[in-house]
Amino acid sequence: MKISRFDMLVSVALIFAIWQAIVSLTGVPGFILPGPVKVLQSLFHNRALVAHHTWITLIEVILGLIIGISLGMMTAIGLSLSKTVRRFSMPMLVVSQTIPVFALAPILTLWLGYGLASKVAMATLIIYFPVTSTFFDGLQRTPKGFLDQAQVMQASTLRTLLQIRIPSALPALASGIRLAAVYAPIGAVIGEWVGASNGLGYLMLLANGRVKIDLMFAALIALCLLTVTLRYFVGLVCERMTRWSAMESLH
Amino acid sequence: MNSDDRLAVAIRGRFSFSGRDLFSNIELILESGSWSCLLGSSGVGKSTLMRLIAGLETGGRFDGKVEASDGLSLVGRVAYMSQADLLLPWLSVRQNISLGCRLRGESTDETAINRLVESIGLSDHQSKKPAQLSGGMRQRTALARVLMEDAPLVLLDEPFSALDARTRAEMQHLAYTVLEGRTVLLVTHDPAEAMRLAHDLYVLSPGGLTKKRVPSAQPIRALDDAEMLQAQAELLMALHNQLDQESQL
Repeated sequence: MKISRFDMLVSVALIFAIWQAIVSLTGVPGFILPGPVKVLQSLFHNRALVAHHTWITLIEVILGLIIGISLGMMTAIGLSLSKTVRRFSMPMLVVSQTIPVFALAPILTLWLGYGLASKVAMATLIIYFPVTSTFFDGLQRTPKGFLDQAQVMQASTLRTLLQIRIPSALPALASGIRLAAVYAPIGAVIGEWVGASNGLGYLMLLANGRVKIDLMFAALIALCLLTVTLRYFVGLVCERMTRWSAMESLH
Repeated sequence: MNSDDRLAVAIRGRFSFSGRDLFSNIELILESGSWSCLLGSSGVGKSTLMRLIAGLETGGRFDGKVEASDGLSLVGRVAYMSQADLLLPWLSVRQNISLGCRLRGESTDETAINRLVESIGLSDHQSKKPAQLSGGMRQRTALARVLMEDAPLVLLDEPFSALDARTRAEMQHLAYTVLEGRTVLLVTHDPAEAMRLAHDLYVLSPGGLTKKRVPSAQPIRALDDAEMLQAQAELLMALHNQLDQESQL
Protein backbone atom coordinates (compact mmCIF):
# COMPACT_ATOMS: atom_id res chain seq x y z
CA MET A 1 0.00 0.00 0.00
CA LYS A 2 1.21 3.48 -0.83
CA ILE A 3 1.10 5.86 2.15
CA SER A 4 0.74 9.52 1.21
CA ARG A 5 2.68 12.23 3.02
CA PHE A 6 -0.58 13.63 4.37
CA ASP A 7 -1.67 10.27 5.83
CA MET A 8 1.74 9.95 7.44
CA LEU A 9 1.49 13.39 9.03
CA VAL A 10 -2.02 12.78 10.36
CA SER A 11 -0.97 9.44 11.77
CA VAL A 12 2.07 10.88 13.57
CA ALA A 13 -0.05 13.73 14.95
CA LEU A 14 -2.59 11.17 16.16
CA ILE A 15 0.09 9.20 18.03
CA PHE A 16 1.32 12.35 19.77
CA ALA A 17 -2.26 13.33 20.65
CA ILE A 18 -3.04 9.92 22.16
CA TRP A 19 0.26 9.99 24.02
CA GLN A 20 -0.49 13.45 25.46
CA ALA A 21 -4.04 12.39 26.35
CA ILE A 22 -2.77 9.38 28.33
CA VAL A 23 -0.28 11.54 30.22
CA SER A 24 -2.87 14.25 31.02
CA LEU A 25 -5.73 11.92 31.91
CA THR A 26 -3.86 9.43 34.10
CA GLY A 27 -1.47 11.91 35.70
CA VAL A 28 1.30 9.35 35.35
CA PRO A 29 4.59 10.73 36.77
CA GLY A 30 7.24 12.04 34.33
CA PHE A 31 9.80 9.39 35.30
CA ILE A 32 7.40 6.66 34.10
CA LEU A 33 6.00 8.33 30.97
CA PRO A 34 7.02 11.87 30.09
CA GLY A 35 4.69 13.81 27.81
CA PRO A 36 5.55 14.35 24.13
CA VAL A 37 6.34 18.04 24.64
CA LYS A 38 8.88 17.22 27.33
CA VAL A 39 10.46 14.53 25.16
CA LEU A 40 10.70 16.84 22.15
CA GLN A 41 12.27 19.50 24.36
CA SER A 42 14.81 16.97 25.56
CA LEU A 43 15.47 15.91 22.00
CA PHE A 44 16.15 19.53 21.09
CA HIS A 45 18.42 20.22 24.08
CA ASN A 46 20.42 17.04 23.55
CA ARG A 47 20.42 17.21 19.76
CA ALA A 48 24.22 16.97 19.41
CA LEU A 49 24.39 13.97 21.73
CA VAL A 50 21.47 12.18 20.07
CA ALA A 51 22.81 12.96 16.60
CA HIS A 52 26.20 11.50 17.52
CA HIS A 53 24.72 8.23 18.74
CA THR A 54 22.27 8.06 15.84
CA TRP A 55 25.19 8.42 13.45
CA ILE A 56 27.00 5.47 15.09
CA THR A 57 23.90 3.28 14.93
CA LEU A 58 23.30 4.31 11.33
CA ILE A 59 26.83 3.22 10.33
CA GLU A 60 26.36 -0.14 12.06
CA VAL A 61 23.02 -0.64 10.33
CA ILE A 62 24.28 0.29 6.87
CA LEU A 63 27.35 -1.93 7.16
CA GLY A 64 25.13 -4.74 8.46
CA LEU A 65 22.74 -4.24 5.55
CA ILE A 66 25.51 -4.32 2.95
CA ILE A 67 27.19 -7.40 4.40
CA GLY A 68 23.96 -9.21 5.23
CA ILE A 69 22.37 -8.61 1.83
CA SER A 70 25.56 -9.64 -0.01
CA LEU A 71 25.98 -12.82 2.04
CA GLY A 72 22.28 -13.63 1.73
CA MET A 73 22.35 -13.17 -2.05
CA MET A 74 25.45 -15.30 -2.44
CA THR A 75 23.95 -18.05 -0.30
CA ALA A 76 20.70 -18.01 -2.28
CA ILE A 77 22.57 -18.23 -5.58
CA GLY A 78 24.74 -21.06 -4.27
CA LEU A 79 21.67 -22.91 -3.02
CA SER A 80 19.84 -22.54 -6.30
CA LEU A 81 22.82 -23.62 -8.42
CA SER A 82 23.78 -26.83 -6.68
CA LYS A 83 21.55 -29.62 -5.49
CA THR A 84 24.31 -30.89 -3.20
CA VAL A 85 24.74 -27.52 -1.54
CA ARG A 86 20.97 -27.36 -1.13
CA ARG A 87 20.73 -30.83 0.39
CA PHE A 88 23.31 -30.24 3.07
CA SER A 89 22.95 -26.57 3.88
CA MET A 90 19.16 -26.16 3.88
CA PRO A 91 18.73 -28.16 7.12
CA MET A 92 21.64 -26.26 8.61
CA LEU A 93 20.07 -22.93 7.69
CA VAL A 94 16.68 -23.90 9.06
CA VAL A 95 18.11 -25.22 12.34
CA SER A 96 20.22 -22.07 12.71
CA GLN A 97 16.98 -20.08 12.68
CA THR A 98 15.81 -21.79 15.87
CA ILE A 99 18.59 -19.96 17.76
CA PRO A 100 17.26 -16.53 18.72
CA VAL A 101 19.65 -13.91 17.41
CA PHE A 102 19.14 -12.03 20.72
CA ALA A 103 20.75 -14.94 22.56
CA LEU A 104 23.84 -14.63 20.41
CA ALA A 105 24.47 -11.00 21.30
CA PRO A 106 26.56 -11.69 24.45
CA ILE A 107 28.63 -14.26 22.55
CA LEU A 108 29.26 -11.86 19.66
CA THR A 109 30.29 -9.16 22.11
CA LEU A 110 32.65 -11.63 23.76
CA TRP A 111 34.19 -12.57 20.42
CA LEU A 112 34.17 -9.27 18.59
CA GLY A 113 34.49 -6.79 21.45
CA TYR A 114 32.53 -3.71 22.46
CA GLY A 115 33.14 -1.81 19.25
CA LEU A 116 31.42 -1.57 15.89
CA ALA A 117 32.12 -5.15 14.76
CA SER A 118 29.78 -6.96 17.16
CA LYS A 119 26.86 -4.66 16.27
CA VAL A 120 27.47 -5.00 12.54
CA ALA A 121 27.57 -8.77 13.05
CA MET A 122 24.23 -8.66 14.91
CA ALA A 123 22.58 -6.59 12.18
CA THR A 124 24.06 -8.93 9.55
CA LEU A 125 22.82 -12.05 11.33
CA ILE A 126 19.31 -10.73 11.83
CA ILE A 127 18.78 -9.91 8.14
CA TYR A 128 20.76 -12.77 6.60
CA PHE A 129 17.97 -15.34 6.71
CA PRO A 130 15.10 -13.20 5.39
CA VAL A 131 17.26 -12.06 2.47
CA THR A 132 18.49 -15.58 1.72
CA SER A 133 15.07 -17.19 1.85
CA THR A 134 13.17 -14.57 -0.15
CA PHE A 135 15.83 -14.43 -2.88
CA PHE A 136 16.17 -18.22 -2.98
CA ASP A 137 12.39 -18.55 -3.35
CA GLY A 138 12.50 -16.07 -6.21
CA LEU A 139 15.31 -17.96 -7.93
CA GLN A 140 13.38 -21.22 -7.65
CA ARG A 141 10.29 -19.71 -9.20
CA THR A 142 11.63 -18.58 -12.57
CA PRO A 143 8.76 -19.02 -15.05
CA LYS A 144 9.35 -22.37 -16.75
CA GLY A 145 8.76 -20.93 -20.21
CA PHE A 146 11.67 -18.50 -19.80
CA LEU A 147 13.98 -21.41 -18.99
CA ASP A 148 12.67 -23.43 -21.96
CA GLN A 149 13.32 -20.46 -24.21
CA ALA A 150 16.86 -20.12 -22.81
CA GLN A 151 17.50 -23.81 -23.37
CA VAL A 152 16.34 -23.70 -26.98
CA MET A 153 18.60 -20.66 -27.42
CA GLN A 154 21.51 -22.68 -26.02
CA ALA A 155 22.20 -20.43 -23.06
CA SER A 156 24.84 -21.58 -20.59
CA THR A 157 23.88 -22.15 -16.95
CA LEU A 158 25.76 -19.01 -15.94
CA ARG A 159 24.14 -16.78 -18.57
CA THR A 160 20.70 -18.21 -17.75
CA LEU A 161 21.36 -17.35 -14.12
CA LEU A 162 22.61 -13.83 -14.80
CA GLN A 163 20.19 -12.82 -17.52
CA ILE A 164 17.02 -14.70 -16.61
CA ARG A 165 16.89 -16.23 -13.16
CA ILE A 166 18.39 -13.35 -11.17
CA PRO A 167 16.43 -10.56 -12.88
CA SER A 168 13.18 -12.47 -12.52
CA ALA A 169 13.93 -13.02 -8.80
CA LEU A 170 14.54 -9.32 -8.13
CA PRO A 171 10.98 -8.59 -6.94
CA ALA A 172 11.34 -11.38 -4.36
CA LEU A 173 14.77 -10.07 -3.34
CA ALA A 174 13.31 -6.57 -3.04
CA SER A 175 10.74 -7.74 -0.49
CA GLY A 176 13.57 -9.40 1.48
CA ILE A 177 15.59 -6.19 1.41
CA ARG A 178 12.61 -4.13 2.56
CA LEU A 179 12.26 -6.45 5.55
CA ALA A 180 16.00 -6.20 6.15
CA ALA A 181 15.84 -2.41 6.34
CA VAL A 182 13.44 -2.70 9.28
CA TYR A 183 15.21 -5.63 11.01
CA ALA A 184 18.78 -4.34 10.80
CA PRO A 185 18.33 -1.49 13.34
CA ILE A 186 16.82 -4.01 15.79
CA GLY A 187 19.97 -6.11 15.51
CA ALA A 188 22.29 -3.16 15.99
CA VAL A 189 20.39 -1.85 19.03
CA ILE A 190 20.36 -5.27 20.72
CA GLY A 191 24.12 -5.39 20.19
CA GLU A 192 24.42 -1.99 21.81
CA TRP A 193 22.34 -3.04 24.82
CA VAL A 194 24.62 -5.95 25.54
CA GLY A 195 27.80 -3.95 25.52
CA ALA A 196 28.77 -0.68 23.89
CA SER A 197 30.02 2.80 24.55
CA ASN A 198 28.19 4.39 21.62
CA GLY A 199 24.97 4.17 19.68
CA LEU A 200 21.26 4.73 20.39
CA GLY A 201 20.88 1.48 22.32
CA TYR A 202 23.71 2.55 24.61
CA LEU A 203 22.20 6.02 24.99
CA MET A 204 18.84 4.54 26.00
CA LEU A 205 20.42 2.36 28.69
CA LEU A 206 22.52 5.26 29.94
CA ALA A 207 19.53 7.63 30.10
CA ASN A 208 17.48 4.96 31.84
CA GLY A 209 20.18 4.41 34.45
CA ARG A 210 20.28 8.12 35.20
CA VAL A 211 16.47 8.37 35.29
CA LYS A 212 16.54 10.76 32.33
CA ILE A 213 13.42 9.14 30.95
CA ASP A 214 12.73 12.04 28.59
CA LEU A 215 16.16 11.52 26.99
CA MET A 216 15.44 7.80 26.74
CA PHE A 217 12.26 8.56 24.80
CA ALA A 218 14.14 11.09 22.70
CA ALA A 219 16.60 8.34 21.73
CA LEU A 220 13.66 6.06 20.92
CA ILE A 221 12.18 8.71 18.63
CA ALA A 222 15.57 9.09 16.93
CA LEU A 223 15.66 5.31 16.40
CA CYS A 224 12.16 5.39 14.86
CA LEU A 225 13.16 8.23 12.55
CA LEU A 226 16.33 6.38 11.54
CA THR A 227 14.38 3.23 10.67
CA VAL A 228 11.62 5.04 8.80
CA THR A 229 14.13 7.07 6.78
CA LEU A 230 16.18 4.00 5.97
CA ARG A 231 13.07 2.08 4.97
CA TYR A 232 12.05 4.96 2.73
CA PHE A 233 15.35 5.09 0.83
CA VAL A 234 15.63 1.32 0.61
CA GLY A 235 12.07 1.33 -0.72
CA LEU A 236 13.08 3.80 -3.44
CA VAL A 237 16.02 1.63 -4.51
CA CYS A 238 13.84 -1.49 -4.54
CA GLU A 239 11.22 0.30 -6.61
CA ARG A 240 13.81 1.27 -9.21
CA MET A 241 15.15 -2.26 -9.26
CA THR A 242 11.73 -3.76 -10.00
CA ARG A 243 9.95 -1.08 -11.98
CA TRP A 244 9.12 -3.58 -14.72
CA SER A 245 7.37 -5.78 -12.21
CA ALA A 246 5.02 -3.00 -11.13
CA MET A 247 4.27 -2.29 -14.81
CA GLU A 248 3.60 -5.96 -15.39
CA SER A 249 1.09 -6.21 -12.55
CA LEU A 250 -0.79 -3.16 -13.83
CA HIS A 251 -1.16 -4.83 -17.18
CA MET B 1 18.51 -17.72 -45.66
CA ASN B 2 19.38 -19.74 -48.74
CA SER B 3 17.94 -23.02 -49.92
CA ASP B 4 20.97 -25.04 -48.77
CA ASP B 5 19.86 -24.40 -45.21
CA ARG B 6 16.56 -26.10 -45.86
CA LEU B 7 15.80 -28.87 -43.51
CA ALA B 8 13.23 -31.64 -43.21
CA VAL B 9 12.63 -33.19 -39.82
CA ALA B 10 11.05 -36.47 -38.81
CA ILE B 11 9.98 -37.66 -35.39
CA ARG B 12 9.16 -41.33 -34.87
CA GLY B 13 8.50 -43.33 -31.75
CA ARG B 14 6.30 -43.77 -28.72
CA PHE B 15 5.89 -41.62 -25.70
CA SER B 16 4.60 -42.68 -22.32
CA PHE B 17 3.77 -40.66 -19.29
CA SER B 18 3.91 -42.42 -15.90
CA GLY B 19 3.58 -45.83 -17.55
CA ARG B 20 0.67 -44.92 -19.83
CA ASP B 21 1.18 -44.36 -23.55
CA LEU B 22 0.35 -40.82 -24.65
CA PHE B 23 1.06 -41.84 -28.23
CA SER B 24 2.61 -44.95 -29.74
CA ASN B 25 4.27 -45.58 -33.10
CA ILE B 26 3.79 -42.07 -34.23
CA GLU B 27 5.46 -40.69 -37.33
CA LEU B 28 5.44 -37.00 -38.12
CA ILE B 29 7.42 -35.63 -41.03
CA LEU B 30 7.99 -31.91 -41.39
CA GLU B 31 8.74 -31.26 -45.06
CA SER B 32 11.50 -28.80 -45.73
CA GLY B 33 10.44 -25.21 -46.29
CA SER B 34 6.78 -25.86 -45.65
CA TRP B 35 4.20 -25.38 -42.91
CA SER B 36 2.99 -28.47 -41.10
CA CYS B 37 0.04 -27.87 -38.83
CA LEU B 38 -0.82 -30.10 -35.93
CA LEU B 39 -4.36 -30.04 -34.59
CA GLY B 40 -5.88 -31.89 -31.69
CA SER B 41 -7.85 -31.45 -28.51
CA SER B 42 -6.20 -30.31 -25.28
CA GLY B 43 -4.11 -32.86 -23.44
CA VAL B 44 -3.69 -35.12 -26.45
CA GLY B 45 0.06 -34.48 -26.59
CA LYS B 46 0.53 -31.79 -29.24
CA SER B 47 2.78 -29.67 -27.10
CA THR B 48 4.66 -32.74 -25.90
CA LEU B 49 5.43 -33.67 -29.48
CA MET B 50 6.72 -30.17 -30.07
CA ARG B 51 8.82 -30.20 -26.91
CA LEU B 52 10.38 -33.49 -28.01
CA ILE B 53 11.45 -31.92 -31.29
CA ALA B 54 12.77 -28.85 -29.45
CA GLY B 55 14.76 -31.12 -27.11
CA LEU B 56 12.93 -29.83 -24.03
CA GLU B 57 12.04 -31.65 -20.83
CA THR B 58 8.70 -33.49 -21.09
CA GLY B 59 8.54 -35.37 -17.81
CA GLY B 60 7.75 -38.61 -19.65
CA ARG B 61 9.55 -41.37 -21.50
CA PHE B 62 10.24 -41.22 -25.22
CA ASP B 63 11.43 -44.25 -27.17
CA GLY B 64 12.21 -43.04 -30.61
CA LYS B 65 14.14 -40.59 -32.68
CA VAL B 66 14.02 -37.04 -33.89
CA GLU B 67 15.98 -36.87 -37.13
CA ALA B 68 17.01 -34.06 -39.41
CA SER B 69 17.37 -34.59 -43.17
CA ASP B 70 21.07 -33.72 -43.07
CA GLY B 71 21.74 -36.23 -40.30
CA LEU B 72 23.02 -33.58 -37.90
CA SER B 73 21.68 -32.71 -34.48
CA LEU B 74 18.88 -30.14 -34.20
CA VAL B 75 20.48 -28.45 -31.21
CA GLY B 76 20.92 -24.76 -31.96
CA ARG B 77 18.88 -24.92 -35.16
CA VAL B 78 15.45 -24.46 -33.63
CA ALA B 79 13.47 -21.35 -32.79
CA TYR B 80 10.45 -21.60 -30.55
CA MET B 81 7.46 -19.38 -29.92
CA SER B 82 4.49 -20.06 -27.68
CA GLN B 83 1.10 -18.68 -26.78
CA ALA B 84 2.56 -17.06 -23.69
CA ASP B 85 4.91 -14.78 -25.62
CA LEU B 86 7.69 -15.39 -23.05
CA LEU B 87 9.05 -11.90 -23.44
CA LEU B 88 11.28 -10.95 -20.53
CA PRO B 89 9.36 -8.15 -18.78
CA TRP B 90 12.51 -6.31 -17.67
CA LEU B 91 13.92 -5.99 -21.19
CA SER B 92 12.84 -3.59 -23.92
CA VAL B 93 11.38 -4.80 -27.19
CA ARG B 94 14.79 -4.44 -28.83
CA GLN B 95 16.61 -6.28 -26.08
CA ASN B 96 14.02 -9.04 -26.18
CA ILE B 97 14.51 -9.47 -29.90
CA SER B 98 18.24 -9.98 -29.45
CA LEU B 99 17.82 -12.23 -26.41
CA GLY B 100 19.31 -15.25 -28.15
CA CYS B 101 22.54 -13.40 -28.92
CA ARG B 102 22.74 -12.11 -25.36
CA LEU B 103 22.19 -15.58 -23.95
CA ARG B 104 24.90 -17.09 -26.13
CA GLY B 105 27.29 -14.22 -25.44
CA GLU B 106 27.38 -13.25 -29.12
CA SER B 107 27.60 -9.65 -30.20
CA THR B 108 24.28 -8.33 -31.47
CA ASP B 109 23.97 -7.25 -35.06
CA GLU B 110 22.35 -3.82 -34.59
CA THR B 111 21.61 -3.31 -38.28
CA ALA B 112 19.89 -6.69 -38.46
CA ILE B 113 17.73 -5.73 -35.48
CA ASN B 114 16.91 -2.40 -37.08
CA ARG B 115 15.82 -4.14 -40.26
CA LEU B 116 13.74 -6.64 -38.34
CA VAL B 117 12.09 -4.07 -36.11
CA GLU B 118 11.14 -2.15 -39.22
CA SER B 119 9.88 -5.14 -41.22
CA ILE B 120 7.67 -6.22 -38.36
CA GLY B 121 6.27 -2.74 -37.73
CA LEU B 122 7.70 -2.12 -34.28
CA SER B 123 9.92 0.90 -35.05
CA ASP B 124 7.92 3.22 -32.80
CA HIS B 125 7.88 0.79 -29.92
CA GLN B 126 11.39 -0.63 -29.80
CA SER B 127 12.41 0.86 -26.48
CA LYS B 128 9.15 0.02 -24.71
CA LYS B 129 8.81 -2.74 -22.17
CA PRO B 130 6.46 -5.66 -22.98
CA ALA B 131 3.90 -4.47 -20.42
CA GLN B 132 3.42 -1.29 -22.46
CA LEU B 133 2.45 -3.26 -25.58
CA SER B 134 -0.83 -4.73 -26.77
CA GLY B 135 -1.18 -8.50 -27.13
CA GLY B 136 -0.68 -8.25 -30.89
CA MET B 137 2.49 -6.19 -30.56
CA ARG B 138 3.87 -8.58 -27.96
CA GLN B 139 3.38 -11.45 -30.40
CA ARG B 140 5.05 -9.38 -33.12
CA THR B 141 8.04 -8.95 -30.82
CA ALA B 142 8.12 -12.68 -30.11
CA LEU B 143 7.98 -13.32 -33.85
CA ALA B 144 10.84 -10.89 -34.42
CA ARG B 145 12.83 -12.79 -31.82
CA VAL B 146 12.19 -16.03 -33.69
CA LEU B 147 13.41 -14.39 -36.90
CA MET B 148 16.48 -13.03 -35.15
CA GLU B 149 17.42 -16.61 -34.28
CA ASP B 150 17.51 -17.29 -38.02
CA ALA B 151 16.89 -21.00 -37.42
CA PRO B 152 15.87 -23.37 -40.24
CA LEU B 153 13.28 -25.07 -38.03
CA VAL B 154 10.59 -22.96 -36.37
CA LEU B 155 8.21 -24.35 -33.77
CA LEU B 156 5.06 -22.36 -33.07
CA ASP B 157 3.00 -23.52 -30.11
CA GLU B 158 -0.45 -21.93 -30.41
CA PRO B 159 1.20 -18.55 -30.92
CA PHE B 160 -1.89 -16.63 -31.96
CA SER B 161 -4.62 -18.21 -29.86
CA ALA B 162 -4.78 -15.40 -27.29
CA LEU B 163 -5.32 -12.72 -29.94
CA ASP B 164 -8.57 -11.24 -31.19
CA ALA B 165 -9.79 -12.45 -34.58
CA ARG B 166 -8.56 -9.51 -36.63
CA THR B 167 -5.12 -9.35 -35.04
CA ARG B 168 -4.86 -13.13 -35.38
CA ALA B 169 -5.52 -12.98 -39.13
CA GLU B 170 -2.95 -10.21 -39.46
CA MET B 171 -0.36 -12.12 -37.46
CA GLN B 172 -0.94 -15.29 -39.51
CA HIS B 173 -0.26 -13.31 -42.63
CA LEU B 174 2.81 -11.63 -41.21
CA ALA B 175 4.23 -14.86 -39.82
CA TYR B 176 3.64 -16.72 -43.05
CA THR B 177 5.37 -14.00 -45.04
CA VAL B 178 8.41 -13.56 -42.85
CA LEU B 179 8.99 -17.27 -42.23
CA GLU B 180 9.11 -17.97 -45.95
CA GLY B 181 11.48 -20.82 -46.77
CA ARG B 182 11.73 -22.20 -43.26
CA THR B 183 10.40 -25.49 -42.01
CA VAL B 184 7.56 -24.65 -39.67
CA LEU B 185 5.55 -26.74 -37.25
CA LEU B 186 2.44 -24.95 -36.01
CA VAL B 187 0.52 -26.48 -33.15
CA THR B 188 -2.97 -25.07 -32.94
CA HIS B 189 -6.47 -25.92 -31.77
CA ASP B 190 -8.08 -23.71 -34.37
CA PRO B 191 -9.13 -25.60 -37.55
CA ALA B 192 -9.50 -22.31 -39.43
CA GLU B 193 -5.91 -21.33 -38.67
CA ALA B 194 -4.61 -24.74 -39.69
CA MET B 195 -6.57 -24.71 -42.97
CA ARG B 196 -5.29 -21.28 -43.82
CA LEU B 197 -1.62 -21.96 -43.25
CA ALA B 198 -0.95 -25.67 -43.74
CA HIS B 199 0.94 -27.37 -46.55
CA ASP B 200 0.49 -30.52 -44.51
CA LEU B 201 -2.20 -30.96 -41.91
CA TYR B 202 -2.20 -33.55 -39.15
CA VAL B 203 -4.69 -34.32 -36.44
CA LEU B 204 -3.41 -35.90 -33.26
CA SER B 205 -5.91 -37.98 -31.29
CA PRO B 206 -5.57 -40.75 -28.70
CA GLY B 207 -5.78 -43.15 -31.66
CA GLY B 208 -2.71 -41.66 -33.32
CA LEU B 209 -1.77 -39.18 -35.99
CA THR B 210 -3.90 -38.79 -39.13
CA LYS B 211 -3.03 -36.71 -42.15
CA LYS B 212 -5.87 -34.58 -43.52
CA ARG B 213 -6.48 -33.24 -46.98
CA VAL B 214 -5.72 -29.55 -47.47
CA PRO B 215 -7.38 -27.21 -49.98
CA SER B 216 -5.78 -27.03 -53.43
CA ALA B 217 -4.82 -23.34 -53.18
CA GLN B 218 -1.33 -22.65 -51.86
CA PRO B 219 -1.03 -21.09 -48.41
CA ILE B 220 -1.43 -18.53 -47.15
CA ARG B 221 -5.04 -18.98 -48.30
CA ALA B 222 -7.48 -16.13 -48.69
CA LEU B 223 -9.85 -15.75 -45.75
CA ASP B 224 -12.82 -16.22 -48.11
CA ASP B 225 -11.44 -19.12 -50.16
CA ALA B 226 -14.55 -21.24 -50.71
CA GLU B 227 -12.76 -24.57 -50.82
CA MET B 228 -10.89 -23.70 -47.64
CA LEU B 229 -14.07 -22.74 -45.80
CA GLN B 230 -15.67 -26.03 -46.90
CA ALA B 231 -12.63 -28.05 -45.79
CA GLN B 232 -12.56 -26.18 -42.52
CA ALA B 233 -16.20 -27.02 -41.83
CA GLU B 234 -15.59 -30.69 -42.66
CA LEU B 235 -12.58 -30.76 -40.38
CA LEU B 236 -14.54 -29.19 -37.55
CA MET B 237 -17.29 -31.80 -38.02
CA ALA B 238 -14.73 -34.59 -37.99
CA LEU B 239 -13.15 -33.25 -34.79
CA HIS B 240 -16.58 -32.92 -33.24
CA ASN B 241 -17.54 -36.52 -34.09
CA GLN B 242 -14.22 -37.72 -32.81
CA LEU B 243 -14.85 -35.96 -29.52
CA ASP B 244 -18.28 -37.66 -29.27
CA GLN B 245 -16.74 -41.05 -29.86
CA GLU B 246 -14.09 -40.44 -27.24
CA SER B 247 -16.66 -39.43 -24.65
CA GLN B 248 -18.66 -42.60 -25.34
CA LEU B 249 -15.59 -44.76 -24.73
